[in-house]
Amino acid sequence: MMQFIKPLLVEYPLITAFAVIGLLVGFSYLLSGWLTRGRLHGSAIAIMLGLVLAYVGGEITKGEKGLADIPEFAGIGLMGGSMLRDFAIVATAMGVRMEELRKTGIAGVASLFTGIFVSFVVGVCVGYAFGYRDAVSLTTLGAGAATFIVGPVTGTALGATPEVIALSFAAGLIKSITVMVGTPLVARFIGLNNPRTAMIYGGLMGTTSGVAGGLAATDPKLVPYGAMTATFYTGLGCLLGPSVMYFIIRSIF
Amino acid sequence: MAIYGTAILSFCLLAGMLIGRGLGQLLGMENKDIGGVGIAMLLLILLTDWLKKRGNLQPPTESGILFWSAIYIPVIVAMAASQNVRKAIHGGYAALIAGVLVSVACVALVPLFCRIGRSRGEDSSHLDP
Repeated sequence: MMQFIKPLLVEYPLITAFAVIGLLVGFSYLLSGWLTRGRLHGSAIAIMLGLVLAYVGGEITKGEKGLADIPEFAGIGLMGGSMLRDFAIVATAMGVRMEELRKTGIAGVASLFTGIFVSFVVGVCVGYAFGYRDAVSLTTLGAGAATFIVGPVTGTALGATPEVIALSFAAGLIKSITVMVGTPLVARFIGLNNPRTAMIYGGLMGTTSGVAGGLAATDPKLVPYGAMTATFYTGLGCLLGPSVMYFIIRSIF
Repeated sequence: MAIYGTAILSFCLLAGMLIGRGLGQLLGMENKDIGGVGIAMLLLILLTDWLKKRGNLQPPTESGILFWSAIYIPVIVAMAASQNVRKAIHGGYAALIAGVLVSVACVALVPLFCRIGRSRGEDSSHLDP
C-alpha cells in the first residue's frame, strides 16, 4: 500500500500539503476544545504543532526547511513559502478600514523606527556580553535581533564571518518563534484587541512571520493591521542596518 | 466570477512588490523590497473601495479574494512547519537570549506607543486599560 501512496504524495505536493495542514488544524482545534476549553486558540496550537513538526523534520533530514524537507511533505514549503504567504496576507486587507490606518499614522511610523532601533541595541548588547567586540559582528548581531532577513543581509553587506551571520539568523528566528507563540499569551496585558494597537505591535516587533502568526492566533481580524506595518520593517531594517546603524556602532567601538 | 477577484488580488501583489522593489532600487539595494506587501495591501483597499462605490464589486468577485483571506491561517501553519527550527535551537545561548530578550523589550514598549496621539481623545472605542 505504502509503495502506491508515497509516489502519489510526491507527485501532488501542494494537494498533499492542503490535506496535511487541514488535518493538523482540525486536530489542533479538537485539542483546544478538549484541553483548554477553547481558551488557547486552535490556531495557536496549530502553529506550535507546526513548529514542533518543523523541528522533527529538521532532525530527520538535517535540512533547512523543517517538515518540507521530507519529500512527501515538500508541498508544505510551497504552501507556507513567501509567494502564497504574501498573497494571503494581502487578501486579509479586505477587512481593513481606511480610517483605522489614518488614526494610527504617526504612532505607527514612530513604532517602526523605535522597534528597529531597540532591536539593534538589544542585539548589540547581547553580542557584547558574549565577547564580540568588532563593529561588523556587533552590527550583524543587532540586525539579526531585528529579523532573520535583516541579519544575514546586513552581515553579507558588511562582510561578517559566516559564523556570525548564522548566529544572527538564529537570533531572528528565535524572535519570530517567540512572537508567534507569545502574542496570544501577552495580548490581554498590553491591550492588543484593537486595530490601532495591532499596527503599533507590528511596527515594534517587525518580524512579519511572527506578528502574522501571533495575531492570527490572537484575533484574525487584527492580522492585516499588524502585517501592514510589519512588512515595512524588514525593508527599513535592511536599509538602516548596513548604513546608519553600522556608522553609529563603529563610532562607539 | 471568482477569478476576477483572484486576479485583482494578484495584480495588487505584483504591483505592490514592483513599487517596493523600485523603492529599494532607488535607495541603492538590489532586489530588496521596502514594504512591497504593505503597499499591495493599500492598493487592494483603495481598488476594492473604488469598485464598491461604483457598484462594480459583485459578491462572486469578492469571494475570489475572501477565499485567500480565509486560507491565511493554514498558510501560516504551513510556514511554521517549514521554519528552520533545528538551526534556531542549535544556535546556542547567544541567539536564544538575544531573540527572547528583544521580543520582551519590544512588547514592553507597546502600551507606551499606544498613548502617542491618543490624548486628543480621538480614540474612545476601547475603554479597558
